[in-house]
Amino acid sequence: MKRTAAALAALLLLGLSATACAEDGDDSGGGDGGAKSNTIKSGLKIAFLPKQVNNPYFTTAGNGGKTAVGEFKGTYSETGPSEASASSQVSYINTLSQQKTDVIVVSANDKDAICGALNEARQAGTKVVTYDSDTKPDCRDLFVNQATAEGIAKSQIKLISDAVGPDGGKIAILSATANATNQNAWIEMMKTELAKPEYSKLQLVATVYGDDDDQKSFTEAQGLLAKYPDLKGIISPTTVGVAAAGRYLSGSAYKGKVALTGLGTPNQMRAFVKDGTCKAFALWNPADLGYLAAYAAGALASGMISGKEGEKFTAGKLGEFTVGKNGEVLLGEPFTFNASNIDQFNF
Amino acid sequence: MRRSYAWDLGIIVALVLFVAVAGQTIEGVGSPRFWRFVILEVIPVALIALPLALVVITGEIDLSVASVLGLTCTVLGQLWAWGVSSLPLLIVLCLLLGAALGAVNGVFVTVFGLPSLAVTIGTLALYRGLAYVVLGDRAVANYPTTWTRNAIAAIPGLTIPWMILVVVAVAVILGVILHATPIGRGLYAIGNNAEASAFAGISVARTKFWLFVLTGAMSALAGVFWTFRFASARADNATGLELAAVAAVLLGGVSIFGGRGGLVGVLAAVVLLATLRNALQLADVPANALTIVTGSLLIASVVGPNVATQARDALRRRRARTAT
Repeated sequence: MKRTAAALAALLLLGLSATACAEDGDDSGGGDGGAKSNTIKSGLKIAFLPKQVNNPYFTTAGNGGKTAVGEFKGTYSETGPSEASASSQVSYINTLSQQKTDVIVVSANDKDAICGALNEARQAGTKVVTYDSDTKPDCRDLFVNQATAEGIAKSQIKLISDAVGPDGGKIAILSATANATNQNAWIEMMKTELAKPEYSKLQLVATVYGDDDDQKSFTEAQGLLAKYPDLKGIISPTTVGVAAAGRYLSGSAYKGKVALTGLGTPNQMRAFVKDGTCKAFALWNPADLGYLAAYAAGALASGMISGKEGEKFTAGKLGEFTVGKNGEVLLGEPFTFNASNIDQFNF
Repeated sequence: MRRSYAWDLGIIVALVLFVAVAGQTIEGVGSPRFWRFVILEVIPVALIALPLALVVITGEIDLSVASVLGLTCTVLGQLWAWGVSSLPLLIVLCLLLGAALGAVNGVFVTVFGLPSLAVTIGTLALYRGLAYVVLGDRAVANYPTTWTRNAIAAIPGLTIPWMILVVVAVAVILGVILHATPIGRGLYAIGNNAEASAFAGISVARTKFWLFVLTGAMSALAGVFWTFRFASARADNATGLELAAVAAVLLGGVSIFGGRGGLVGVLAAVVLLATLRNALQLADVPANALTIVTGSLLIASVVGPNVATQARDALRRRRARTAT
């Protein structure tokens, strides 16, 4: 028995050390894509840490980041947890800091839970840029905001109001995780927006959470209609949720009767826009978001900016950006996709 | 009993060899900061896995541990939000809550005689649901920084968090009870044959009940640590951590059928799993591959001993044949 145990341990070790040694030699040499970012240092190690890996939205954002990092000749990497829970990002932050990464570009699953780890990393010399979902401002150097909460809330409520029609009715929100910073900010602004007289006929009856999990979101959408058979519209301001809700509605008797809008990607929503489940939805271009975040990271690590209000930097093809209040950089207004323009996009 | 010692040793040797190899091949493995992060991960898992090992040795299981942790976090957060600002009082209340939640498991298993697997799958969902009732979608995060800093503070002069001393103390106390007292021998006896040990005068039901209470209280302690470590009490804290705890118990050489195993192996397995995860992460192994590695280790630890026994029996039979 002793010998078997030893043999087993040895076998395991062999397997493990083999895996451990199999480091990928991924040099994201993106060429010199034309951008004259001459003041960003070359050779910077920039790591993207999305809320979770295997999520098309973050994959697209990461690709944008990779392009940008290639343009200023840095080393790009992407790592992250497989599920979007609160504390799962902490060990990745610790790892990146130990690997002496120059900048961590992170989308926070929980604005509080990763704060300690981020500050520990910053003390060890790593800069922190948040994108998509922010942490508390004192835990990062910059936040690259895809759109203001106000801009998103306005566009979402306008879209659902147009889709539901002048008679109004009951609407519900299908969100991501219950504590996602950005989701909650948008939902609050949507409530403010709904209080305006022009939307007085729209009644928000429920907010449910699909945890950015396809099946959970699907079940939650189903549950909403079971509970409110007279529901007129669903807003799902998350790419996973809106696609799952679209799949449920398009296969149910509610197709075309219950309006759907949200924040989605053209590739995931194309079928539902074409079959009439969803008239229009909105989003920024996540590739641009990742691209801008990477340039902000580069500028930060090169000492060109420090995160103070009023500082300016150039982000390759996107042009010049100015750092706003609380170290925020704004990408722009959300963009509306509908049947007439959706085929021009592929992400 | 001899078997479990061989396995304990195997796990420790595996850990030492892995650190030796990884320390040479992966940059950052073995540094003081590396051990700090490993130990921070070890603390909550070990606090749960140690008492859980005793439960498994008696032939039962408790899958509700991570939900007890989560519910404790939310209650702690809510109490703090309501203005309970004495840290010792909060800790005591949390431990009592954990003990009560464990007692519920214990009553269902020992008084109603239901299988612990079914009961604790039920309370896994129930306690997590209650956590959402307490805090809903909110998070409580505004604790005094002295609390959150102290939770992860290092032993002076080292990078290792002081909380590991609590883990070591728990391990020593439970280890002595398990390996050097009649109570401990009773636990093995219950796991091997509950009926026979009842006839031998061991109070099977009462022993199991208190083990569930202990596991609940320790999960609550892990919850207090978790809350302050991440400075965030949320209903989804530590979702899925029961798998890490069960994995450590089984990899540590405790038989899932009860009656066999020791705490040295369990503690070594907790450290091994945390070290593996951190080292492989440093080597840029993606998250999906990491879960495959832990899954395979778990299967190996369950299958390994059984295959070994069968192989030995087969060998013995063949020898017996050639002898005749």
